[in-house]
Amino acid sequence: MTNLSPTTESIAEPPLQSGPGAGAAARRHPHVSGWRAMLPRWSPKLGFGLGLVTVIALFGVIGPIFVGDPSAINNIGLTPPGNGHLVGTTQTGQDVFAQLTHATRGSLKIGLLVGVMATALSAFFGIIGGYVGGVVDEAFSLFSNVMLVIPGLPLVIVISAFVPAAQRGSSMIAVILAITGWAASSRVLRAQTLSLRNRDYVAAARVAGEKPWRVVTVEILPNLLPVLASQFVFAVIFAILAEAGLSFLGLGASNSSTLGTMLYYAQNGFALQRGAWWWFVPPGAIIALFGCGLSLINFSIDEIINPKLRTEPRKRAARRGVAS
Amino acid sequence: MRYYGRKLAFYAVALWAAVTLNFFIPRLLPGNPVDILMAKLQQRGGSIDPSVRRTYELLLGSNSRESLWSQYVAYLGNTVHGNLGTSVSAFPAKVSDVIAQSLPWTIVLVGIATVISFVLGIVLGIVVGWRRGSWLDSLVPATTVLAAVPYFWLALILVALLSSTLHLFPIMGGYDVYFTPGLNWEFLRSAGYYGVLPALTIVVSSVGGWLLGMRNMMVSTTSEDYILTAEAKGLRPRRIMMRYAARNAVLPSVAGFAISLGFVVSGAIVTEQVFSYPGIGSKLLQAVQNNDYALMQGIFLVITVAVLGANLLVDLLYGIIDPRTRADS
Repeated sequence: MTNLSPTTESIAEPPLQSGPGAGAAARRHPHVSGWRAMLPRWSPKLGFGLGLVTVIALFGVIGPIFVGDPSAINNIGLTPPGNGHLVGTTQTGQDVFAQLTHATRGSLKIGLLVGVMATALSAFFGIIGGYVGGVVDEAFSLFSNVMLVIPGLPLVIVISAFVPAAQRGSSMIAVILAITGWAASSRVLRAQTLSLRNRDYVAAARVAGEKPWRVVTVEILPNLLPVLASQFVFAVIFAILAEAGLSFLGLGASNSSTLGTMLYYAQNGFALQRGAWWWFVPPGAIIALFGCGLSLINFSIDEIINPKLRTEPRKRAARRGVAS
Repeated sequence: MRYYGRKLAFYAVALWAAVTLNFFIPRLLPGNPVDILMAKLQQRGGSIDPSVRRTYELLLGSNSRESLWSQYVAYLGNTVHGNLGTSVSAFPAKVSDVIAQSLPWTIVLVGIATVISFVLGIVLGIVVGWRRGSWLDSLVPATTVLAAVPYFWLALILVALLSSTLHLFPIMGGYDVYFTPGLNWEFLRSAGYYGVLPALTIVVSSVGGWLLGMRNMMVSTTSEDYILTAEAKGLRPRRIMMRYAARNAVLPSVAGFAISLGFVVSGAIVTEQVFSYPGIGSKLLQAVQNNDYALMQGIFLVITVAVLGANLLVDLLYGIIDPRTRADS
């Protein structure tokens, strides 16, 4: 749904920290333990992103407990914000705030579910293919490249349209979104695995007689964690946006309430034409802010993967400023 | 030459996969689309002649005893000949005619919007990446908000602001119905005017991705040794930026075009729906609403072929701008 393409296509080139935890950061600060080097460095961007994501997640997780029935109908249709309704009411007098909390919960659930499934799929095809190499790699990467060039949303629309609405549950939608959303991550993971498998420490592990599954899970996987995390974050954004688009078109899960279905009802109730911005603007804004928060977290993860992206030393920046 | 051969072979495989997917999807999923279509056809006063039924059955699966393999072969034959069945929602038009009518709208809209967004994103990315550490860096978080905004939501907000309130642009449609579509100045001007808002939506929501990718690559590239060498030689900064850094940094963006184009096309479908644009995206959704399975599948196929074609073009271009790819693979 968006152009948030995994931009880490390039990460195969910059040198990754060699050996588990023996990263550049760890070398500069000898007392930093192995796992500490995997964590993002603190920055205002990261703080802001984490804050946004936490607030929205709490809103979706805890919020529904404190609000009334989101679908309770009242005869105060399209009341502006205020007067007992924090964000106003819908056409049929339902409280928008209550609906928002429930919808956020629905969207987060789909996002997490798809994120986990898509990351698992991409890890399977990317890491196994990259590590095993040969015919398996050729087949896996051909498969993921084909999945990549076939446009996702039209495929999802066609699949959803064939399934009768009664059978279209949210888990079904999640599976469809996961199947159409894993390919790009798999390519990134494959590239990264390829650069790791030829490292000396992996060769040493192999010579020492470690079994292939152990080499993959114990030697390679920990070094891929930042990449996996960043791809997971992308998958969550992708899923929330795609689900919103699908629900907006009336093709989403039949039994769910997400930010997309809210927008669908708002659009069908001519919210914008009647000036009921409080019904239409908040769901989209929550999606955008949540996506923004996740992207900001991703920047920090990207800086672990690609140390060149870290804040430039002052000296160099100053020199550039003078030069140009 | 080997590079081009490999690329052509890959796209041939991808095309085959898409066509095959199109064949199996309706067969694997529940529901009986052929009967629904035939009933609809009857309602519209279409004659139920066996050849029509046969086309639908080949497209969507049938209950007959015919083996899957022979169905598949016959389906491939139909597809190659462009015989995609009859559209129910636009009866009695053929699916291929409906597609031919709406495809140019989408190609022009999405094509122009993608080129604008790509060029804009790359240029901004070059500047932001080059002037790293300056105030321009604050542009980066701002673009992530834009990139995470749902296309359709942005489109509707733009309509509410620019069309309904300020009356700058038309609310919906592809052209002023007063003019007849054709290659005349009035019509083209009207189509261009109506296209501004949909194109703006696509550009605004897709430019962030290009910008970010390009910026990150610029940052990586500027720490290369050859940039330092170029600086030491005393070359003008602008020359280093464009000829040395940007030229190398742009390669992954071009190579990653495939990923992004898929997203843009997906977004464009929903955008078209919002604007009731006479393109292929709104036709697809119209087909979905009317259970017009034949049209739906035809459109899916055409969209896929178009995306594959665009990617093939970019890949061939990539071979020209980066000679290493031709030599290595």
